[in-house]
Amino acid sequence: MSHHSEEQEITVLPPDKAKIKQLWTVAGILGLITAFEFLIAFTMHHGTGKTIIFVVMTIVKAGYIVGEFMHLRYEVKVLFWSIMVPITFIAWMLVAFLYEGFQLSDINFLRF
Amino acid sequence: MAHATATTAPGQNLWNGGVSPMGASYGKLMMWFFLLSDAFTFSGLLVTYGFVRSAHQSYQGAADVFKFSHDYWPIPEKVFEAVPFLHGISLPLVFVGIMTFILIMSSVTMVLAVEAGHRMDRKAVEKWMLWTILGGITFLSCQAWEWSHFIVGTETPTLIKDFVKGEWITREVFGANLHVNQYGPQDFADFFFFITGFHGFHVFSGVLLNFLIYYNTVTGVYQRRGHYEMVEKVGLYWHFVDLVWVFVFTFFYLV
Repeated sequence: MSHHSEEQEITVLPPDKAKIKQLWTVAGILGLITAFEFLIAFTMHHGTGKTIIFVVMTIVKAGYIVGEFMHLRYEVKVLFWSIMVPITFIAWMLVAFLYEGFQLSDINFLRF
Repeated sequence: MAHATATTAPGQNLWNGGVSPMGASYGKLMMWFFLLSDAFTFSGLLVTYGFVRSAHQSYQGAADVFKFSHDYWPIPEKVFEAVPFLHGISLPLVFVGIMTFILIMSSVTMVLAVEAGHRMDRKAVEKWMLWTILGGITFLSCQAWEWSHFIVGTETPTLIKDFVKGEWITREVFGANLHVNQYGPQDFADFFFFITGFHGFHVFSGVLLNFLIYYNTVTGVYQRRGHYEMVEKVGLYWHFVDLVWVFVFTFFYLV
């Protein structure tokens, strides 16, 4: 670093009220969704419906964290899709392994 | 290091797409792709958890008469129901809910530090980084408590039948480690240690990085550099740690 830059006046900008308010709103939404998840956890019976609700809410939360907190929503489209497209592999991995798991479960337990 | 766009002369076209086709500096871009690879690692762990769990028998009876057994996968809320200082009271998932809240809050303070950095507001960056570090340390402490509780186990043991040297014996098992598990199949304990442990290690590294950022902010390194992009990069990592916890919370504790 040159000495020149050290002596430069640093101008501190005032807080961006709208931006900060938006961040707290996102935090509130995340908190609400988590609270709702708790509600579901103790009022619904275990089953596919419950799991689907949890998965959907988790994806919504993930969307808020990645989009707003990590600002991916505001990045250039190329960057956005470079991150999002590879994620689809995970969905395939999940389907494949769960299918395999349930098949194994049939083999291991249903004969007894 | 200055912004990539500032180091080349105007009109100079280094790549076909311009100097920085993704509109982000090298460091930020590499953080994004590192996090993408890390997302695959965590997915690997969580999907394997789903695979092994679905290959096991699930508990069929009523939830209120649930008992720990090696014969089926445990209901997570029956395993994680202890809260510090409230010994003997069944509070399912309350403590892990508090941990989730702590991590989300520390993510908020982190993004506020990033916002302050964009405004070159050193004092505000220091303040929010300290809150973030505090949140991280609190989370780790909670996890340490949860682990020790999980390892020590409940007051009444689980009776586990074992086939040893040609005959069946019944053992009393307290708690869990990588050899025994009172809560259910051995795999359940192993996944608990590996998934929450791997995440906890990420939180630990995150706290170290956050402290480094805090130190550099206090000593004025970023002030002299002219931008607080390092706060943003480490912030990305910290949010990712929060993101992973959201998934761990759902797939390990809720489902």
